[in-house]
Amino acid sequence: MDQIAQQFFNLEIMKASFPMLMEGLKITALLVLAVVPLGLAGGLVAALASSARSRWVRWPAYAYVDFFRSVPPLVLLIAVYAGLPFAGIRLDPFTAVSLAFLLNNSAYYGEIYRAGIEAVSPGQTEAARSTGLSAPQTLTYVVLPQAVRNVLPDLVSNTVEVVKLTSLASVVSLSEMVYQADMARSVTYNASPIVLAAGVYLVLLWPVVRLISRHGRKIAS
Amino acid sequence: MDFSDAFLNATVLSKYAPSILSGVWVTLYLSVIIVIAGTALGLVLACIRAAGLRLVNFTIIVYADIMRALPPLVLILIAYFGLPGVGVLWSSNLVLFIVLTLILAAFAEEIFWAGITSVGKGQWEAARSTGLGFAQTLVWVVLPQGVRLGLPPLTNRAIAVTKMTALGSVIGVPDILNQATTAQSFSGNASPLTLAALAYVALFLPFVLLARWLETRFAWRRT
Repeated sequence: MDQIAQQFFNLEIMKASFPMLMEGLKITALLVLAVVPLGLAGGLVAALASSARSRWVRWPAYAYVDFFRSVPPLVLLIAVYAGLPFAGIRLDPFTAVSLAFLLNNSAYYGEIYRAGIEAVSPGQTEAARSTGLSAPQTLTYVVLPQAVRNVLPDLVSNTVEVVKLTSLASVVSLSEMVYQADMARSVTYNASPIVLAAGVYLVLLWPVVRLISRHGRKIAS
Repeated sequence: MDFSDAFLNATVLSKYAPSILSGVWVTLYLSVIIVIAGTALGLVLACIRAAGLRLVNFTIIVYADIMRALPPLVLILIAYFGLPGVGVLWSSNLVLFIVLTLILAAFAEEIFWAGITSVGKGQWEAARSTGLGFAQTLVWVVLPQGVRLGLPPLTNRAIAVTKMTALGSVIGVPDILNQATTAQSFSGNASPLTLAALAYVALFLPFVLLARWLETRFAWRRT
């Protein structure tokens, strides 16, 4: 029991590594601020393309979404970070992570938006157009607000996944929180810094996870 | 350097195809046992939760919340680097299997539980009044209706978690990604990464399409 406390919950080590982790948390926050809006915007483009009327737009959009849902995010990240230099494109870790996650997340967000858009009845569009709104206006003011409200829980839940995913950036040595915690771990030969990082994630994400569960039950009942 | 020479180099591809294929088997068998064990554990937990014991349910909820809030990589690092310090020496494959199974079980438990609660109270009462016991009602009446509803989200979640087997390469699991990065650094060529991406698409695309089909099928049933 004492051994477990020493190895996983060593307060001395946690205290010593806390400033490093907070430095990392700043990078994690910056990553989230870059990656979530990019994914939401990319997802919107993917969703509009995959609900387009022309099959020449729709099919490539489906292929894009399904391809990037089949490739693990870490594989994509390493392909971008370690593969692209062979084509003469050398990206710094932050840009590489942003690009890889843009590709991955826009596929996931895109599927969610598409489900939301499909759930808005065609009568809404017809009514809006007949009042004289243009197609882009109809989309912006009538269809999208309802679509987003339809799938809000899924959007939030996917955003939690995106925040968790930023931890992969440590693999390409971007000094976000998990990278810092792992550095501290390798210096101290003790897992407590990573447990502390887990604690930070819990504090940040647990309330959201709880909210998602409560909301899910409300729909079910 | 020519693009196809860097990303689709035939010599490099044929030289490293066998090692990537061995990685495919590792990814495949880990994925299969994780899906089976994770789904089964999630189902058992959801059934236990249906019994309505306060303290037990509280524990299950806390477990499921923690597993859903933490990044898989963090859990993998804690288990792989922390456990040897307390005398538990697991291979990297075993660590990856156990961590991902526990994560999938947490998500599966939530999905099955949502399914169970979606079955109306009248179903329970009617089944119990015909003389079925609690367990019988759960297994023969409630689960068949509840599980069906959870099938599309469960498929999506199972794909997401099994794709995380790629994280095993960080702790030395000889999976597709690990074999590909090793081959890439030996050959000084990006073709093994291309092959790895294609291998993942070949493995997972059928299931992504299955999930899509399940979603449309169930959407059709609802209306």
